[in-house]
Amino acid sequence: MTSKTTLKFMLAAGALSVGLSHGALAQGTVKIGSVLSVTGPSSFLGEPEDKTLRLYVDKINAAGGVAGKKIELVIYDDGGDANKARTFATRLIEDDEVIAMVGGTTTGSTMAMIPVFEEAQVPFISLAGAIEVIDPVRKFVFKTPHTDKMACEKIFEDLKKRNLTKIGMISGTDGFGASMRAQCVKVAPNYGMQILIDESYGPRDSDMTAQLTKIKNTAGVQAVVNPGFGQGPAIVTRNYAQLGMTATPFYQSHGVASKSFIDLAGPAAEGVRLPAAALLVGDKLPESDPQKKVVTEYKQAYESATKQPVSTFGGHAYDGLFILVEAMKRANSTDPQKIRDEIEKTKGFVGTGGIVNMSATDHLGLDLSAFRMLEIKGGDWNLAQSGS
Amino acid sequence: MAEFLQFLISGLTVGAVYALVALGFTLIYNASGVVNFAQGEFVMLGGMVTVFTSAAGMPLPLAALIAVGVAVVIGLMLHRFAIEPARGASAVTLIIITIGASILLRGIATIVFDKQFHKLPAFTGDTPVDILGAAVQPQSFWVLGGAAVVVLVLYVFLEHTLLGKAVLATAANRLAARLVGINTTTIMALAFGGSAAIGAVAGILVTPITLTSYDVGTLLALKGFAAAMLGGMGNPVGAVVGGLLLGLLEAFGAGYISSTYKDAFAFVVILIVLFAAPQGLFGRRVVERV
Repeated sequence: MTSKTTLKFMLAAGALSVGLSHGALAQGTVKIGSVLSVTGPSSFLGEPEDKTLRLYVDKINAAGGVAGKKIELVIYDDGGDANKARTFATRLIEDDEVIAMVGGTTTGSTMAMIPVFEEAQVPFISLAGAIEVIDPVRKFVFKTPHTDKMACEKIFEDLKKRNLTKIGMISGTDGFGASMRAQCVKVAPNYGMQILIDESYGPRDSDMTAQLTKIKNTAGVQAVVNPGFGQGPAIVTRNYAQLGMTATPFYQSHGVASKSFIDLAGPAAEGVRLPAAALLVGDKLPESDPQKKVVTEYKQAYESATKQPVSTFGGHAYDGLFILVEAMKRANSTDPQKIRDEIEKTKGFVGTGGIVNMSATDHLGLDLSAFRMLEIKGGDWNLAQSGS
Repeated sequence: MAEFLQFLISGLTVGAVYALVALGFTLIYNASGVVNFAQGEFVMLGGMVTVFTSAAGMPLPLAALIAVGVAVVIGLMLHRFAIEPARGASAVTLIIITIGASILLRGIATIVFDKQFHKLPAFTGDTPVDILGAAVQPQSFWVLGGAAVVVLVLYVFLEHTLLGKAVLATAANRLAARLVGINTTTIMALAFGGSAAIGAVAGILVTPITLTSYDVGTLLALKGFAAAMLGGMGNPVGAVVGGLLLGLLEAFGAGYISSTYKDAFAFVVILIVLFAAPQGLFGRRVVERV
């Protein structure tokens, strides 16, 4: 069986990689597939993921590959379209015969692809945010990004430390904002949070002063939480300052954890808090932090290769790739089933998103410590002093 | 009262942008009978070109001027290379051409510029002005004032210049206009260039408030079109009133009813208006002569 599979790989590699890979035929390759939203509305997620995967697969191959085999990366761009994603997923399985997949930029495209990989019994490490990807647990599906539920819990934990329990919410109606809002509403009672007012805005709205005015005029609101991503939260933040509400603590989500948020929101972003991965504050982490080495190395490698500021989204792809590569090393096999078993046994993996400990019931493996509470000060991310 | 004023000004600001987009629709519709769905892309070009030229070190007024120039050139090219060659085609074909053009322009924008959001500094600072308890961004006055100036200039042009009267004549009856010696092709080119300029001005004015990216045009075109329909397609006054009304409906809908349903609320009102008056608030009744 093994030799037959290898032969198949070699034939497939030979047929498809004419003029592409050097020496792939000589040594034998393993194929890892990926479907990403490199273009389209989610391109700001997909592009860094794409660059990260290519960068590190090249690095791994240059260092001799995995278990003596070079990795051949097959990336398709779904343009943010879940239908296309599903078509490409089928192509990865049937034509390219990949042994595993690291991809699925958005929750929508991930959910569309899950049945394909479950049926083919090929491990699928998703880069999408929502908790639905791994809850309920599916045998072959894993993910690396933190869930929106964890973001809510981290925010509420911070609020509780500051003795603030009455909050207002203003959420985007896009997939991310709506999903996180629902999770926040669900976990709020666990932290004794009372949501006094719950407003929303459309993903392309250009003015949120009406909603914020309502929140401002609601008596007793001690803090405001804004689940959302894209440009919406930047406008909310600007309107928040415009209406002179900055005395009330303001929380954004991990959805805006990129430098462009600070640029877009400008001085209005001062004092805003948000939960985010350690990657954003790599240089500010204490030396003793276990993630320090991984995040500074990734940041350095990514920024020097792409000349673009690092984002947490590319970090998710990094984590996914290396969880897979380490599982392949441990399995010492290209059998998808064995690789799956090893991915599930991932313990103490230090990634850019946190320390991953997977189990049969947890295909994410991150706890709340994976999130750092950041505060924007002087136009930069800073670790927030807890309880202050 | 402060709350009411806050909603009012926020609605008027957003509405002024819808009004300018609707005005662009109207100008081209009048001259050619085409609903130009690339109208939103002119708004995008205004904002994006200004952002990128000013980032390249150009002073803001000059960057804005260049942006309007670029938009006008692209508007003229749209007419010359896409609309004019298909002259004899039906209105539906021409509309589909403009949809294609809008997709093309968006695609080119992702290559020439990028896919990120960008901002412009507010023209006169970010410190909110307090008006009876409502906090207003100074840029809102720029948007409102700019829109008023555009409307005024357009009015003077249409009513008090020979060329403007030629546009009106073409709008009223293209065949008759041609018979009295008006070059309707030039008038159509003028309409495309003019509405591109109006769109670009809207984009420049509003970018400091709303930010911009390659795809901001899509939704603005939709809202501007709705505003033009509400006011009555082809009527400049209707376009302005329709735009402001749509902005106000959204702001008051979000403020007093529910932010979840504010878009639905605005569109339900439009549907009711169009149900009662299918030609829009200020629209001409179209009489089909057989």
